[in-house]
Amino acid sequence: MKILAANRLTDGETVWLGAGDRWVETIDAAHVARDKEAEERLSAAGDAALAANLVLDVTLVDIDLSDGRVLPSRLRERIRAGGPSIHPDLGKQARNAAQHAA
Amino acid sequence: MYRYDEFDHAFVKARVAEFGDQVARRLSGTLTEDEFKPLRLMNGVYLQLHAYMLRIAIPYGSLSPRQLRKLAHIARTYDKGYGHFTTRQNLQFHWPKLTDVPKILEELAEVEMHCIQTSGNCIRNVTADHFAGAAADEVADPRPYAEILRQWSSLHPEFSYLPRKFKIAVTGAERDRAAIEVHDIGLHLKKNDKGELGFAVYVGGGLGRTPMVAKKIRDFLPEQDLLSYTTAILRVYNLNGRRDNKYKARIKILVHETGTEELTAAVEAEYAALKDSELRLPDADIRAIETYFKPPRLAARPEGDRAVATAGKTNPGFADWLGRNATTHRNPDYACVTISLKGIGEVPGDASDAQMDAIADLAEQYGNDEIRVSHEQNLILPHVARADLPALHAALVEIGLATANAGLITDIIACPGLDYCALANARSIPVAQEISQRFASQARQAEIGDLQVKISGCINACGHHHVGHIGILGVEKKGAELYQITLGGSAREGSTIGEIIGRGFGPEEITDAVETIVETYLAHRQGREETFLDAYRRLGQAPFKEALYGHEARAA
Repeated sequence: MKILAANRLTDGETVWLGAGDRWVETIDAAHVARDKEAEERLSAAGDAALAANLVLDVTLVDIDLSDGRVLPSRLRERIRAGGPSIHPDLGKQARNAAQHAA
Repeated sequence: MYRYDEFDHAFVKARVAEFGDQVARRLSGTLTEDEFKPLRLMNGVYLQLHAYMLRIAIPYGSLSPRQLRKLAHIARTYDKGYGHFTTRQNLQFHWPKLTDVPKILEELAEVEMHCIQTSGNCIRNVTADHFAGAAADEVADPRPYAEILRQWSSLHPEFSYLPRKFKIAVTGAERDRAAIEVHDIGLHLKKNDKGELGFAVYVGGGLGRTPMVAKKIRDFLPEQDLLSYTTAILRVYNLNGRRDNKYKARIKILVHETGTEELTAAVEAEYAALKDSELRLPDADIRAIETYFKPPRLAARPEGDRAVATAGKTNPGFADWLGRNATTHRNPDYACVTISLKGIGEVPGDASDAQMDAIADLAEQYGNDEIRVSHEQNLILPHVARADLPALHAALVEIGLATANAGLITDIIACPGLDYCALANARSIPVAQEISQRFASQARQAEIGDLQVKISGCINACGHHHVGHIGILGVEKKGAELYQITLGGSAREGSTIGEIIGRGFGPEEITDAVETIVETYLAHRQGREETFLDAYRRLGQAPFKEALYGHEARAA
């Protein structure tokens, strides 16, 4: 299974392609491609977004689903999805923690 | 310090306007990423895992309090309240928005700073001894020459598209604190028998995928010929350096493949043709640049010895700090102070906006308005009266920056690693933090003595692991982090590349492995005066291998 990751042009924020070809800021909202055809659809949408100057560094990322949540296979992508492991107070992980606390 | 003249101001302002326009065109879609990427890199803008990264040039690591306050302001206003000092004596911000970068560059220009040539295949920030102009063992101040090289290399039309990046370092002392032998060009400023200034020239050093110690290609180059000789080297490299393979494109590979003798002959031939050209530096020009680096007028402060002795008796923390973090100044009433950015368990090289502001204040109060960044990722106050050391120490305690560990095992160099960097394969910072915590005891660190641990999260070696007494390289193996250890590296005069000791260690094993190495050293050393590096050079790998892997061999 794969998802499509990128960084947003304006601020570099890590984003993933979600439902309706919208770029989303949380990995759980990423659209999961479960077969080759779906992967190709993701790639095509990524190419279009790159050409439209919305994002850069577009990459397909291997994932597993764990209890219904998206878990990238590589540590690199897991850190990219949360933030620096040394700074739980920074990045997406901090926002998620704040939301849970609220 | 060097001060911009009208030309410099206009030059940087024009560059800020140019890049502002390029950013605007990128955001509007007129420029594609392929077109924009080389332009943003030339202005220090990278893309990392979580955001863009902006690398700011700090020429030869010299900062004024005003500049440091500006960096604190940028951290607070545009980033996340901290910055990361690097092994190139620069500063990186890890979270800037592309839309804010033009404004940040405008703010930097206000204090005579920029990001030009902090990336790309050009001549990068020229680095120098962080105690330049202050150290007791210095023959002459290397900074005027570093500044001449900076001016010459800035947007140099011939050398803006080199086969690969190019790094130059200058030292003015026998004790090499600038790691010149692991640079593309290393310059050792010295005097000849007649008392004239010149340079020993080293070429082809570097770390990364293929670590190499530079070769000395000239024992004495007259100072007037600095630019003609460096131009000659760059020309030979630009013409013959490989452009077919990024990993073989640095000058070290050219030196290695051509042979030192042949390459030296080519450089000397080019130099002979350039020697009497306009590149020859008029004496008046060198002396004019030197005036910018005139040492501050240091008032006599003979009460220093008594003040230091008194404080040392009553405050053991001060005595430890004095022993490690104060270095001999050429003026016996003064000291060079290392402000450790390696607090126990902290991120090596990181400083918060509040700490940067506080250090700027302390530099004004006690440090004759000068701050340096060391390639070891610490900050330096090069001119502090010994009489003021107790008060400075107390002020550093207040802001959590009085860690007494300069040159000790917890004074670790670490690259940002996989926590930030898109190129990294493994994390560096958590490894540094865990080693730091394991060896937190001041007494234990003092017992171990001088020991440099250097950690990189990938083979590009930004953490200089090849020249760590203990070097740690993070790799990815089967999707997990693995750490390979090298021993016996050094970036001092007579540099050596560390040797791989054996199989790597997982994240949960690496600190234990470092501890085993340290305990092996303590068990085998001939006394406290034999440092880790000396002991390793005497003993070789055998006892360390046995301690790390012996039980495995016996079990097999």
